Amino acid sequence: MATTRILERLGRLYIWLLLAFLYLPIIIMALMSFNVSPFYQLPFEWTTEWYASLWQNDQLISATWNSLEIAIITTIICVVLGSAASLALYRYEFRGKKILQALLFPPIAIPWLITGTAMLIFFFGVGIGRGLFAILLGHVALALPYVIVVVSARLQTFAPELEEAARSLGANQWQVTRRVTLPWIMPGVIAGGLFAFAVSFDQFVVSYFLSTPGQTTLPVEIYAAIRKGFTPEINAVSTIIIVVSMALMLLTARFFKFGGEK
Amino acid sequence: MAGVQVSNVSRSFGAHKALDDVSIDFADGGFYALLGPSGSGKTTLLRQIAGFDFPDSGRIAIGGESVERVPVEKRRIGMVFQNYALFPNMSVADNVAFGLSVRGEAKAVIAAEVKRALELVQLGKLGGRRPHQLSGGQRQRVALARAIVTKPRVLLLDEPLGALDKALRVDMQIELKRIQREIGITTIFVTHDQEEALTMSDRIGILRDGRLVQEGPPEEIYDSPKSEFAATFLGDANILRGDSTGTGIRLPDGTAIAAGAGATLAAGAKASCAVRPERIRIATDAGSAGRANGNMLRGQISKRIFAGNNSTYFVERDGQTLKVIVQNTGIERLAEGQDVVLRWSPESTVLIAAS
Repeated sequence: MATTRILERLGRLYIWLLLAFLYLPIIIMALMSFNVSPFYQLPFEWTTEWYASLWQNDQLISATWNSLEIAIITTIICVVLGSAASLALYRYEFRGKKILQALLFPPIAIPWLITGTAMLIFFFGVGIGRGLFAILLGHVALALPYVIVVVSARLQTFAPELEEAARSLGANQWQVTRRVTLPWIMPGVIAGGLFAFAVSFDQFVVSYFLSTPGQTTLPVEIYAAIRKGFTPEINAVSTIIIVVSMALMLLTARFFKFGGEK
Repeated sequence: MAGVQVSNVSRSFGAHKALDDVSIDFADGGFYALLGPSGSGKTTLLRQIAGFDFPDSGRIAIGGESVERVPVEKRRIGMVFQNYALFPNMSVADNVAFGLSVRGEAKAVIAAEVKRALELVQLGKLGGRRPHQLSGGQRQRVALARAIVTKPRVLLLDEPLGALDKALRVDMQIELKRIQREIGITTIFVTHDQEEALTMSDRIGILRDGRLVQEGPPEEIYDSPKSEFAATFLGDANILRGDSTGTGIRLPDGTAIAAGAGATLAAGAKASCAVRPERIRIATDAGSAGRANGNMLRGQISKRIFAGNNSTYFVERDGQTLKVIVQNTGIERLAEGQDVVLRWSPESTVLIAAS
């Protein structure tokens, strides 16, 4: 009995250490965004000054909007194209299907630095050049495989008799997809969408290569700002993003019950 | 409601002939079982009738109308799947409503029809539940309600009771039969369970290797199987092999076995006789085993299995083991190792041409 209790305590300690490892840097950053001293000096003195001056920083705000816009458009495009591609790979047999499926994985493993260089060269070659549109194209290309992989994994758990049952009841292909297949793969579609959003919103390397000065995304802007000299405004904008994205994640997880069945 | 005619249907998958020139007439309102071991083509045949797959050649008609190239969603059939295939994201009522709703029926009509169908399968109160909150038997009933609510021309069942335990299966057999009689729908039922086929259906079709082996009412197939396969697959049978005498066979050791009236087979050809284990009487000496004009063989009991209401004796005779099932009407029992006499009437003997 005593050993079980000790093991239980050790287990609990382990969880707390893990959480501390994950969240401590973030918590400190969030606290510092409310500290008067720009150089992390203690004692801690409460202020919202950095949030106020963030509001004045047009460059940071416009980069944030760019990032959000690109991430949202990337998510929508990837979810639509990726889900459709997954359904096609699930339903139809065609020549080269196996090769196509195998080729979906390497882009996930290729370092972004290399992908970014390749995209830069290619976009110049075909005349797209750099800019927000180039960034959007790059992000879609990076995120699409994630959506296909996640949705396809979900489809593997789909019972094909469900589509057959729907057809036997008179449903056409579109009704079958909309009312039977899509509801089943929806958790996969949402998870894939979150992946796509995260890949795009977090993207630094590819965005850095493809952006032009003044027309850039938040991670690139933060990097540029740090190089010029660190200001707690960065802490402030980071904290806002963390709170918003964590809330989004937790809501989705709760709504779609990830990690627990039905 | 309508009958189904399958004429000369063949279907191959690569080199494998899943269906080989199968013709069956399913009468309007009948309850038909397709029986066969796995790989016999029974499910393939059902899928051709349903319209999930199209035959390479042959004709399928529902209610006299050719449908062999009509896809399933336009055939107006109802189907119950082995694993029920209930839509997990919908309530029981929405599952049942699905077929009416994709047809664009009015909400009020759908609600009334769903209510009626759920009452028919005795699930009137469970419309709000989700499929995963139901027991196996209840899911089965929902699947059935969903399949019949659209008033299909024919009801197809693909081993619908396979996933249920024995007691529940017997209940569902009775229930299914009751519902089928109540709505009078032509029903085709695929099973590998011979008992299910015998107890439920008006007619049975036995399939083997993509071919229809025999077809007819359960009693007819059981009493006069036309092949060793039909004799042993539907029920149990002792097969004795020898040379045809025209009205029976002569065993290798010279013993004559007489078959029932109507047996006609050219004398001299290889042939077999099939005898059901429960038709054989077993006794310790020739005198007490009944009539003297029947078939008779001597042997020795090698094993006895007691099953409460009956006992099965395995009797060794000329290198062959014969099976005899005896109702335990008294307490006298025969012991293993005992020499016995087996007797049965020619009427209980079926003459079969060698296959």
